[in-house]
Amino acid sequence: MFQDSYMLTALVAGTGIALACGLVGYFLVLRAQVFTGDALSHVAFTGALAALAFGIDLRVGLFAGCVLVAVLFGALGRRGRADDVVIGNVFAWILGLGVFFMTLYTTNQSGSGDGGNQTVQVLFGSILGLSSSMAVTALAIGLAVSLVLLLIARPLLFATLDESVAAARGVPVRLLGYGFLVLIGVTAGEATQAVGSMLLLGLLAAPAGTALLLTDRPYLGLALSAGLAVADIWIGLLLTHLVPRAPTSFWIMTVAAVTYAAAVAYSRSARAKRRAPDKPADPAESATSKEAAA
Amino acid sequence: MNPQFSWNLVTDVQWLWSVPSVLNAYRAGVVVAVLAGVVGWFMVLRRQTFAGHSIAVTGFPGAAAAVYTGLSATLGYFGFCIGAALVIAYYTRGSGSGDTAGERAHSSALIAVVQAFALALGALFLQLYGGFLNSTSDFLFGNFLGITSADVVVLVAVAAVVLVVMAVIGRRLLFVSIDPAVAAARGVPVRAVNALFLVLLGATVAEVSQFTGALLVFALLVMPAATAQVFTARPALGLAIGVVIGVLSTWIGLAWAFFGNQGTGFTITTLAFGCYVLALAIRAVRTRLRTPAAASGALEGVS
Repeated sequence: MFQDSYMLTALVAGTGIALACGLVGYFLVLRAQVFTGDALSHVAFTGALAALAFGIDLRVGLFAGCVLVAVLFGALGRRGRADDVVIGNVFAWILGLGVFFMTLYTTNQSGSGDGGNQTVQVLFGSILGLSSSMAVTALAIGLAVSLVLLLIARPLLFATLDESVAAARGVPVRLLGYGFLVLIGVTAGEATQAVGSMLLLGLLAAPAGTALLLTDRPYLGLALSAGLAVADIWIGLLLTHLVPRAPTSFWIMTVAAVTYAAAVAYSRSARAKRRAPDKPADPAESATSKEAAA
Repeated sequence: MNPQFSWNLVTDVQWLWSVPSVLNAYRAGVVVAVLAGVVGWFMVLRRQTFAGHSIAVTGFPGAAAAVYTGLSATLGYFGFCIGAALVIAYYTRGSGSGDTAGERAHSSALIAVVQAFALALGALFLQLYGGFLNSTSDFLFGNFLGITSADVVVLVAVAAVVLVVMAVIGRRLLFVSIDPAVAAARGVPVRAVNALFLVLLGATVAEVSQFTGALLVFALLVMPAATAQVFTARPALGLAIGVVIGVLSTWIGLAWAFFGNQGTGFTITTLAFGCYVLALAIRAVRTRLRTPAAASGALEGVS
């Protein structure tokens, strides 16, 4: 599998991005801010097209767009969390701007027909087309985001689970909210290049959603989420190697979605089982307690 | 094809409506704006923008799948959008927008996974089909110019069905959206009403996004409705304001797109977003003028 060098670079880049997405995604789901991640994955699209239209480096557009809009969302909401309706309005318009830049770009290219391909590239990414230096950058950024997140994990968890008590205990709730949004922005900007703006959302939400269904313990969940995200990428790449007819992004997302569906089924049956033995157990229990009383 | 814009608006409109495809775009625009305005008002009220966006996005892989398998794209749009609506309705607990923080976290993860997986399917069908990379942007951003008269008739029919069902369940839907607990206690079938609303949302999105694209339909759902709810909490007035803003943005946006040679996705969203920002600004100024002391007190409470 590793005879092809592009598989190895994909694995290196994918691991870094998956680690960041898994860790950031866990807090994203826990804070019910998944819509922000969704919005940023679309903002990445506009940022990239703007960069293309003005002829500057794609990455500048991606990072600048994502981080700026992430901070904007923070500024629009209370304590660094924006309302869903505000997010919806802002990013729907930013997508409209993306159309504007796309028109500008394709007009500048004067009908070479390349505009459509570039657009698709931005939307779905190409993890197999990364150069080795890009892969190392992705790994470095992924590790840096993970490290920062782990450093603020404890206060961020406190601020997430009980905001007012955390604020009363002197935790800088607002600052943490903004810091977290910047981390999401950086993750979105980096992940877009590798897995595409459309599949970023899946990597943010699916492993984290799975982890939250399986365990209530925060640090275990955090580790599980990161581990699942990395596993999704690895298995997805392996499946692409075996069945190259389908795109990598499809395989990665299929693995993630199937895992999530299994977790949903498991948590439902576990809940049903927990409830079911209760009923027959009840009379028996009361009978034994009566006997004990007698 | 592209005459100069003149300040004589009558001749502009006459020219626009003399071209059959443009006239059809205007007719479709009204229907789309009315339908999206009404359904969107409830979507915004229920804070289901994320669900609405996910359902809107699933239309794109639906169309890709249908074209790949040789079925009509319409079937793909309806199948995937209503399918996604049913999955979200079945697996989310509570009112759909989520009651407790934990439920909200779980339902938002579910909605995101549905959207991401649908997009992955879209990527798969695009790769398998291989041929229509350029129509991808049509799926996403729509093609208002391709609308035929027959399309308009179908659009009107679907809109009529959705609006009639909305009129029938309107009162109960409002009750459930505002106070689910009391509604359940009064015998309103909360789960069924919630699910039915999501299905209606799915049908609306499926029908509308064939013309507007998966991305613009969301803008038409959320922007006019959000603007209306900034101005008033009264349902009838709010619905009317939303519809009027939607129709005006669509019509003026279409003219701007034709004369300025821009994408409708850009012009219509910009106009509607402008209305929203203006509404927020007006409200901010009004609250400050009315009660300066209370406003500053409220601000202190926030920070």
